[in-house]
Amino acid sequence: MRPEDLLRPTPRGLHCPVGDFYIDPVRAVPRAVITHGHSDHARAGHGHVLATRETLDLMAIRYGENFAGSTQAIAYGESVEVGRVRITAHPAGHVLGSAQMALSWRGLTIVASGDYKDAADPTCARFEPVPCDVFISEATFGLPVFRHPPAATETAKLLNSLAVFPERAHIVGAYSLGKAQRVMALLREAGHEAPIFIHGALTAITAYYETQGIPLGDVRPATGASKAELAGAVVVAPPSAITDLWSRRFPEPVTAFASGWMRVRARARQRGIELPLVISDHADWDGLIASIAATGCSELWVTHGAEEALVHWAGTHGLKARPLHMVGYGEEEGEDTPPAPESEAS
Amino acid sequence: MNRFAAFLDRLAYEPGRNAKVRLMADYFRATPDPERGYALAALTGALSFANAKPGLVRTLIMERADPVLFALSYDYVGDLSETVALMWPAPPAHMRPNHAPLLSEIVEGLAETPKRDLPARLAAWLDGLDDTGRWALLKLITGSMRVGASARLAKTAVARLGDLPPDEVELVWPGLTPPYADLFAWVEGRAERPETNDPVPFRPVMLAHALEPEDFAGLDPADFSAEWKWDGIRVQVVAGRGEDGVHHVRLYSRTGEDISATFPDLAEALDFSGALDGELLVRKDGRVQSFNVLQQRLNRKSVTPRMLKDFPAHVRAYDLLVEDGEDLRERPFAERRVRLEALVARLGGVDPAAARLDLSPVIPFADWEELAAARADPASAGAGPDADAVEGVMLKRVDSLYVPGRPKGPWWKWKRDPHTVDAVLMYAQRGHGKRSSYYSDYTFGVWSAGPEGDVLVPVGKAYFGFTDAELKEIDRFVRNHTVNRFGPVREVTHGPDEGLVLEVAFEGLARSTRHRSGVAMRFPRIARLRWDKPPREADRLEALEALIREG
Ligand SMILES: [Zn+2]
Ligand SMILES: [Zn+2]
Repeated sequence: MRPEDLLRPTPRGLHCPVGDFYIDPVRAVPRAVITHGHSDHARAGHGHVLATRETLDLMAIRYGENFAGSTQAIAYGESVEVGRVRITAHPAGHVLGSAQMALSWRGLTIVASGDYKDAADPTCARFEPVPCDVFISEATFGLPVFRHPPAATETAKLLNSLAVFPERAHIVGAYSLGKAQRVMALLREAGHEAPIFIHGALTAITAYYETQGIPLGDVRPATGASKAELAGAVVVAPPSAITDLWSRRFPEPVTAFASGWMRVRARARQRGIELPLVISDHADWDGLIASIAATGCSELWVTHGAEEALVHWAGTHGLKARPLHMVGYGEEEGEDTPPAPESEAS
Repeated sequence: MNRFAAFLDRLAYEPGRNAKVRLMADYFRATPDPERGYALAALTGALSFANAKPGLVRTLIMERADPVLFALSYDYVGDLSETVALMWPAPPAHMRPNHAPLLSEIVEGLAETPKRDLPARLAAWLDGLDDTGRWALLKLITGSMRVGASARLAKTAVARLGDLPPDEVELVWPGLTPPYADLFAWVEGRAERPETNDPVPFRPVMLAHALEPEDFAGLDPADFSAEWKWDGIRVQVVAGRGEDGVHHVRLYSRTGEDISATFPDLAEALDFSGALDGELLVRKDGRVQSFNVLQQRLNRKSVTPRMLKDFPAHVRAYDLLVEDGEDLRERPFAERRVRLEALVARLGGVDPAAARLDLSPVIPFADWEELAAARADPASAGAGPDADAVEGVMLKRVDSLYVPGRPKGPWWKWKRDPHTVDAVLMYAQRGHGKRSSYYSDYTFGVWSAGPEGDVLVPVGKAYFGFTDAELKEIDRFVRNHTVNRFGPVREVTHGPDEGLVLEVAFEGLARSTRHRSGVAMRFPRIARLRWDKPPREADRLEALEALIREG
């Protein structure tokens, strides 16, 4: 019996022949198991979807109530039998509702972690290492140059800039699901109580976070706010909006961008960012290797990102490793793709 | 060092001049002595850090990192110092330094570290710093730090601590040394103004306003003296004997930066006592060379005997500020000019042709028409073979005192009409700062014969000249006519019948091997948008080549 008998990469996504379902399929399939709500992992049009309650809710917000034929919720720690495979969900610490899916069959356990981070995040349950034989890890920040500083030091940078430039609006580019709400929650943790203004594209998801008991304080729409209100205020917007037409209404804007990619100066410069904030929803290099080690796995499969470096590292640490060369991930608005130097207004 | 590095990093991302000054002032206000003093020294170039070669940095990381992971990382980041700073492994807890080194410790440490101890010392500092601290240290120590903040901005920020005009700081600056505790104490009102005993201090310079056609109505030719406006570098030459009895000569840029080291050939030749204002030029074979020739000398990092011979530096003097300890700045220009002429005659020696200093001649004129004619044809109005290096005329009121700054009225500059060319917009790139949401940097081309018919070849890049309304028009054109994207750059439609024609004004042209077209434009800017003109009627490369031949 080989791990590939339980789970194998296919053009549609990771397929489990035993239970006949796909994990985070990139095309419509009869049965899907979905790790989290980012649009490259969670697509509409599947026959049946198994995911956490929060992921199902977020998919409904994005795609409408009828995004799948039928749905089934799974809670953290809960197990569901699909065919002869037992699926158990564990927190992945990536965004609200994100789950690692552990597949067990005939004594073999494979953990598909989706996207994950081991750092603390006030907006979602913390990552838990799950003992397994095969661990499937993303490698978005799979190079040793990616070591994210504590998020609080990045928030302090933003607050310091607000103090030096109290008349300028600070526009923070942040992915609309997860990052935007985390930035707001971090600002509140740091004692920033002033109203935070948001782009219209963030409204529905932000409101959903609040219904899930994540307080974000005084959040207002940026549209319609006066120049006086926006002076010295934090405005959170999707990355595509921060350097485009939309941002022209603000008083002398300082453009910030909250992303793990901001760790590399050339990336920030390409986008014309003035205040890079290294805040990531993915594990950094140290986090990846610590998390992999903590699972006690004997085999590592590496999916989207810098697969080569992580596979090399595993090889030098006595771990069997293979890149999955999966395509279709990180193609939409998630952090797992390096930000394009520019994008269209949205 | 960590705090200084975070500040430098922020400064490097900030495009706005005023915002840079505010960041610097904020840093100086919040940072104690001597840290801020060494920071000021680093910003003004008063510290030479370049102690280590990139090879040493590479050796240090190879002792600590997997070579494959280093290679993959370096390939991704593209910058050695940054790669090493980001991936430098934290030392085991028991070997970790108990505090992060301060900038002052590093500056003082570098001065006393013998070369063979440098690797160990550097490694210990890197162990103690955070990633931004390591980045700044490695950039400084390999001499590759560029923060885009000039010495002038840093001094302006210091002046702001005490609400002083920046020139006040400039005045005392030459006598000061890092870490400048006396300077900060003075601007913060805690001590007297530092006494300068520098025998050759800089004096803040006087600048001219650009003359517009409508200004002539209020000006009387009889009140003015005219001279050529030279296309070189404005310098202040200060010479004198110090308390030590040694004769010093110093060359300052117009912002007060000491550029003497770049021109040792001049320092030796200028034996006088005082301060004079003039233009730095390259003079060879009996004539002043164009700015492009001067640029070749400026671009070299080190001064070689060969360079001194090929590009001999020369000062063309036009004002005298101080002579033998006497301050002439309160005297009228006419009187200063007489003193200057006498001084230059005295220094000329036996062979005026070989002199490193000469006088910028006065242009005789009776009325504005006569001066306009001289400006249009400097060669036959007295500039002779030096006419290539003339970019216009200067008008100085004969009764003008030498006042630092840019007072309106006493001095005017009247530049020659620029050349213009009709070119086609080919690529556009986003601007910075306030302009970051617009496509405001334009690459344009002219027609040239190719193997398969005429093609556009890029001949230059312009970032200004247009009004805000025109910027919006071009920006809209770019967004609606993008055919290709390369990172931040967009290629726009440019064919014989479709595209945008720009009337581009420029000051001069030179041959260039770095440009595909073979020509380089000096100071190009957008003069007009020619929506009316089809691209096929834009200019041809041959027209530009002809201009070079005429010049
Ligand atoms: Zn994700
Ligand atoms: Zn992903």
